[in-house]
Parts: sequence; C-alpha cells; structure tokens
Amino acid sequence: MTVVEARGLCKAFGTNIALDGVALHIEEGRILGLIGPNGAGKTTALNAILGLTPYQGELKVLGRDPWTERDRLMRDVSFIADVAVLPRWIRVSQALDYVAGVHPRFDRAKAEGFLARTAIKRATKVRELSKGMVTQLHLALVMAIDARLLVLDEPTLGLDILYRKQFYDSLLNDYFDRNRTIVVATHQVEELQHVLTDLMFINRGRIVFSCSMEEFESRYLEVMVNPEQIAAARALKPMYERQVLGRSILLFDLKSDDVDRQRLAALGDVRTPSIADLFVAVLTNKPGNQPGQVQVQGAAQ
Amino acid sequence: MTTQSNVMHESPLESQPIAPAAMSATRPLYWSIRRELWENRSIYIAPLAVAGVALFGFALGSIAGIWEKPLRLNPAQPQAPYDMAAGLMMLTGIVVSVFYCLDALHGERRDRSILFWKSLPVSDLTTVLSKASIPLVVLPLLTFAITFAMQWLMLVMSSAVLLVRGLSVATLWTKLSFLRMSWLLLYHILTAHALWPAPIYCWLLFVSGWPRRATFLWAALPLVAIAGVEQIAFHTWHFAALVGSRLIGAAPTVASTSPDMFPTDPMTHIAPGTFLSSPGLWIGLAIAAAFLAAAVRLRRYQGPI
Repeated sequence: MTVVEARGLCKAFGTNIALDGVALHIEEGRILGLIGPNGAGKTTALNAILGLTPYQGELKVLGRDPWTERDRLMRDVSFIADVAVLPRWIRVSQALDYVAGVHPRFDRAKAEGFLARTAIKRATKVRELSKGMVTQLHLALVMAIDARLLVLDEPTLGLDILYRKQFYDSLLNDYFDRNRTIVVATHQVEELQHVLTDLMFINRGRIVFSCSMEEFESRYLEVMVNPEQIAAARALKPMYERQVLGRSILLFDLKSDDVDRQRLAALGDVRTPSIADLFVAVLTNKPGNQPGQVQVQGAAQ
Repeated sequence: MTTQSNVMHESPLESQPIAPAAMSATRPLYWSIRRELWENRSIYIAPLAVAGVALFGFALGSIAGIWEKPLRLNPAQPQAPYDMAAGLMMLTGIVVSVFYCLDALHGERRDRSILFWKSLPVSDLTTVLSKASIPLVVLPLLTFAITFAMQWLMLVMSSAVLLVRGLSVATLWTKLSFLRMSWLLLYHILTAHALWPAPIYCWLLFVSGWPRRATFLWAALPLVAIAGVEQIAFHTWHFAALVGSRLIGAAPTVASTSPDMFPTDPMTHIAPGTFLSSPGLWIGLAIAAAFLAAAVRLRRYQGPI
C-alpha cells in the first residue's frame, strides 16, 4: 500500500524555489527520515503532503489530494509540526476534550494512559508546562489517534537529549506498527539512526539521496586509516575524507568497483558511518547533484 | 514516558471503539465553538461584569430610594432604567464582538497554533463558521440571557424597596409588563444586533485573516478611505452613516428611532414582516456571506506568521 506518491512536485516562493521536481514514494510500514539543511525544502515538502500549502505537480496521500481534501485526510494523518504549536491558553483537559470531540479516531483512554506516565496534570495550561512536557502532551494526543501516517517536522527541536530519546522510544514502542507510516524531517539525526527504516536527503528543493537503512548499512563504510596507508586508501577513491584528532577517516561506497570490505579492513578500523557523516559526504561531494536521478524508496523495490 | 506500556500496546486498530463514520457533521462545529469560548473568556466575562456594575448602580439608587422619594422613577416610564441597563449590555456586546472579530483569524496564526488546529479533521469552513457564530449567535443570545437575569434582579430590588417603604408593588408590576419587555428585547437583539450588523462583523472577521499585524488598521482604513472619498467628491456622509448605523443597530429598517426612546419600547420596533422584507437586510446578509466565503478561502492558504 502506497502512502505517499509524488511526482514532479514543485513549489516556489517568489523567485525562491523551495521544491524543484521532487518525486516521493513512501510505502506503508516505513519510518522515513527526511534529512536536509535549513531551507532545503523539508518543511515545504511536508506542508504539501499535509495539505497546508498549494503546489504544482502530482501528489497523492493515501489516495487523496491533500490540498483539496485536507480535513478528510486529517482523519488518517496526524502531525506534529514543531514543539510550539499547541495553543498556550489551552488546559490539558480541554485539549483532550477538544481532540476527542472532533476526531473520530481518537482514543481518549489511551491518551490519558500516556499522560499518566508523565508529570502533566489535567488542570494545567500549556503555557505553564515546560517545553519537554508540551512535547509529551502533543505526543500523547497524537499517539492516541489511530492514524495511518504520522508526519513529524523537527519534533524534538529545542529539547534536551533525555526528552529526545524518550520521544523516539515512545514512538517505536507504543505507537509504531506495520500498518503505520512515519515521516520525520529533522537535522538532528543522532537519535534517529536506529529508528529509521529509510533515509532521504534533501537539498535545495531536490532529493539528492535516497536508500533504505539496510542498504545504507551494507553499502557505506567508514575507515579510520592507519597513517602509513593513507596514500593507498586515497587511491581507492573515497567519497569523502575528514580528519579527526590527526587521523584520516575515509568514507567509501562499496558499490564502486575496486573496494570491498576486506580490502578496507586491511587499511585500518572499519565501521558503519553515521547518517550525519554520510549526509555531509553527499552534500559536499556532489554540489548541484544529478537532478533527475531520484531513487525509489527501499520498500518499493 | 518510558515505563509500563503493555496495557496500551495491544493492537491499536482493534482497540478503537468508535467507528470513523459515526461522527456527526455538527460535532466539529460544536467543539469549535466551545474552543472559542475557552480561548476568549471575555465573551462571557465582559457582559457579566457590566451587568454586575449596572446592578450595583441600581442597588445604590434603590437603597437611596428607601429614604428619598421612591425609586426616583418616572411613573409614566417605569421601564427607563431597565432600558438604560439593556442598552449598556448591547453596547458591551458590540465592543466585545468587534474586538473578538479583529483577532479571530489572527490569533491562531500569531501563536502558530493554526498548525495544531489544521492537523485535526476540522475544515476551514467549520472553523470560520464557528468563529462567525460568536458575534452572530452566541453573543446576542448571551447578551439577552444576562440582560434578562439582570432586569429580573432589578425588578426584585425595586419591589423590595417598595415593600420596605410599605408601598404596593402592584403599580410597578402592571405598568412594567416584564414579559413583553423581555420578548421585545430578544427580538431587538436578534434583529438589530445580530442580523443587521452581520456584514460589519464578517468584514472584520475576514480582515483578521489577512494582515500580519495591525488588523484594526487594515479593517478601518478602507472604510475611512471610502467615507473620505465620498465626502470629498460629493460632500456627503452616506457611507459613514451606513456603517455606523449597521454597527450600532440603529436604522429606520430596524427601529423607528426617536432619540428619547429605548430599544425595549414597543414603539421603536417595526413589524417582523417589514424587517424581513427589507432589501437592506438581504443585501447585508449577502455581503456577510461573501466575506465569510473569502475568509474560508483565506484560511486555507494562511499559515503561521
């Protein structure tokens, strides 16, 4: 079941092009990380999916046109835009009442259950909660909605590491299953590495890289090269090279012809790179990037 | 949010007791209106406060009346203080409506909560209708209810003063005809303060969804500009008079106004038939509907500011 299908998605704000022919194909049961620098078009892409902004091109979310059918679509789609969107005047009990009142798929008992595990009290107003608690509240509301697609746009921005970890743990343990799909846009990738099933890099309105996490782990390798073998390592054409504490770390794409795992292991310590390292490698290595070459999501292959 | 989650974790699809189609179409509207009342508590606090002040003033006058001449009432017009208090309540309703409308579609963009509201299955039409219903339905009915209660308390106070002085309350009760006064008040509020000013309120509501700041300025400037052009070109004030009479609910179509008469006086009213068949009413409602449609469309495009 395809959850999001986009072709030639374009959006411009005046002369500033936010989306430049984006193609997306997201299957059910995936957790896709949409990673990109500030202003790359992440939020614009998500807003198009959520029916918050008009666009050119083809886009179907759960078989519907999000721009013309936003209210109907929102029965099956939830989203957390960022930490600051819950109205500050609302009481926790009122937020529960309201969502229960307007959302046919909201399970109030479930939301109460999530809240019971936090220090949040019913009579408190949102403005009296800490930033981490507001996120917990929003997450409790959203996780109690039986939606098929959950969209998160920088959900953990401004939160400390403890809340960030809790946030993703809750999502994975209490919410995610094979019938749901999650799309996360962020540039805080550290906690996400073991959460995602698919990865997509976006830059200047284009998808510049896309693969599944299985592919990511089998295909990319980072070598902390022994100093005496650095020339030999560089001869194997790494994607990217960086220096850490005087040692060179080279990133290799195992799909290219003349490298394999054993050969690299002989040059130094090998390990799977972090998403952040690959992101930097992809973005600094291929400026401009091949525009048409957008790969299909892992699940669809 | 880390511990014990097994209770919650059984298949979420099956644990869903409500069928998706079971929700009626009016429920989102009902909850959206409640939402407005939660956010804008001035909608009921302001009229209650004004009613309290009016009652306090009337009580002072009544107590003074125990020693002075009874109630300082003009026996020919016993309803005068009641009308004065009702007028005060209606004025409050107008002020609250204007301020509410100017912030209605602006506040949710300013505090970014529009992203939360839009993440729920509530259409832009439902949202705009719920906001329009505050000045057009909720506030008029609320104004009537509070005024009714206030006037009833005033009647009780006057009667108490008369009894303390050892006078009969019969004259007061027969001259006043409280029930008829209340019906006329309801009629007046619904016609002159809900239907008649609808285009003004809908204009303010529409404008509140447009600018990034200074909604009052954007709402007032076009009106001032049109009035100014008219004055310079034709030396008349028709437009300004039109807007003013719509807002305060005083026009020949609504009431056969004479300056010394108050709205609850039966003489100031025209028949419902005449009111409902006046073209001005329907033109105004058509304009109001157009502004609402524009506001719905605007909200679809607008995000946080």
